[in-house]
Amino acid sequence: MIAPFFVVFGVFGLYPLLHTAWVSLHDWQLIDGDQGFTGLANYAELLSDGHFWNALGNTVSLFLLSTIPQLFAALGLATLLDRGLRGRAFWRAGVLLPNVISVAAVALVFAQLFGRDFGVVNALLGVVGVDPVDWRAETWASHLAISSMVVWRWTGYNALIYLAAMQSVPKDMYESAMLDGASRLRVFWSITVPSIRPTILFTVIVSTIGGMQLFVEPQLFDPGGTATGTGGDDRQFQTLVMYLYEKGFRLFDAGYSSAIAWVLFLVILVVAVVNFAVARRIASKG
Amino acid sequence: MTATRHTRSGPIAYALLVVILVASVFPLYYSFLIASKDNSALGDAVPSLVPGGNLFDNLTRVFDTVDFWLAMQNSMVVAGTVAISNVVLGTLAGFAFARLRFRGGNSLFLVVVGTSMVPTQLGVIPLYMLMSDLDWYGTLQAVIVPALIGAFSVFWMRQACEESVPHELVEAARVDGCSVLRTFWHVAFPAVRPQAAVMGMFTFMTAWNDFFWPLIVLDPNDSPTVQVALSTLASGYYTDYSLMLSGASLAVLPVVGIFILLARQIVGGIMQGAVKG
Repeated sequence: MIAPFFVVFGVFGLYPLLHTAWVSLHDWQLIDGDQGFTGLANYAELLSDGHFWNALGNTVSLFLLSTIPQLFAALGLATLLDRGLRGRAFWRAGVLLPNVISVAAVALVFAQLFGRDFGVVNALLGVVGVDPVDWRAETWASHLAISSMVVWRWTGYNALIYLAAMQSVPKDMYESAMLDGASRLRVFWSITVPSIRPTILFTVIVSTIGGMQLFVEPQLFDPGGTATGTGGDDRQFQTLVMYLYEKGFRLFDAGYSSAIAWVLFLVILVVAVVNFAVARRIASKG
Repeated sequence: MTATRHTRSGPIAYALLVVILVASVFPLYYSFLIASKDNSALGDAVPSLVPGGNLFDNLTRVFDTVDFWLAMQNSMVVAGTVAISNVVLGTLAGFAFARLRFRGGNSLFLVVVGTSMVPTQLGVIPLYMLMSDLDWYGTLQAVIVPALIGAFSVFWMRQACEESVPHELVEAARVDGCSVLRTFWHVAFPAVRPQAAVMGMFTFMTAWNDFFWPLIVLDPNDSPTVQVALSTLASGYYTDYSLMLSGASLAVLPVVGIFILLARQIVGGIMQGAVKG
């Protein structure tokens, strides 16, 4: 009865991942096939590849810009939803709505919102007297715009996960703290956050893995440049997965692309472990 | 969940929530807005929030540019099959883990949970080669088969069986001479139907929204899924926002529809699936 799972996972999950390692040790072309064993040559080339380092930098920058605000906003939103609210189901559904929209659709809408000439964001900035920003051309601006998609899409989802955890915190803990005259902020940092620590760790890890694999948001952010997949003229918002896609499926260099995949896997592992350690320290304070 | 929490909310809390809700809905409304206008109206300095009259023209253009009906049908077939298969296979495995005793059951379950940490995105190159070898490139089964069952479904349905399928019932059925499969079908499956429905919806939405793998393994110009067809609308020589966002509005309709119908269950599902602190 559990065999179907292991068959599907083995053939379409585990086998490809391991096979990626094998392919990465070869000069392997997607169309022409194996051109011979080259050992670590692909990895060596990767280390001196400016485009790779650029993509890595962009990925880390986008990951930080999207994950940190998203998780803090989610904590705040969860606290708000944890109060006695009328129409509880309605608010909860409302904050989750962005999460059910496909990334492709989200990316296209945000591409319009952040347009240079006719975008709403620039129109709003104009109202308060800020000059229009060219959201695609500048590195920082493009990273901010792309991160805003991620934050928009995932904040509500994480808030609901925090909310679930908050609701299992014993109420008398809050009551005695209130009796002792603790402020709301103090109660939040000293009781709520430590109590839901495992959940915070869980969301940090999950959003790390998601954040390091950003693809659709930046890929579709520049609709005209979608076909090239370079993330802007100067690759200013090309992520690692976009680079993997460009090398593997635009230039058909399967060996090199597989090397990127394995390095990305290791980077995710390292970032997840570092995150885990940092989040555990932060969450245990207070 | 208790009805009264430790604090009641004042008007500020509601005001904040309204702002957040507007921010959640605005991009959706905005894409519909652009979809209803013609491109020249996009040049207005301050965009108008009133829909224009070009919705049908734009939708027609979507169907002229790509075979959007076919893409919708394809997505329906993919997401439908994936959802049904995940419900059936996930419940089978979940039932086995929750209610049958077999050697190594616990460690096998740990393996299942562990597999959800393997980023499948990173195995796309060999997966693509595998699909080419099978001659599946450009076919729907290339998208369907790898998604037939996932760790999340097994995990979710195991939890459902733990909660809703009483040990006594399973044993009684076995004593009466029911086979394992008959017991599953007549005793366990009806008991977990609500949780299975929520799970089916999750997997349907995930499959409907998937982009990366279909983009790789389907021919964008031939018969892709809706999400890939969207990217085709976007990749024209000049950026036609009314066209793009008309397509996007159409593509989100089914999931938003499902979500509105089942919001309560889906929200409950996400909260239940969360790791409790």
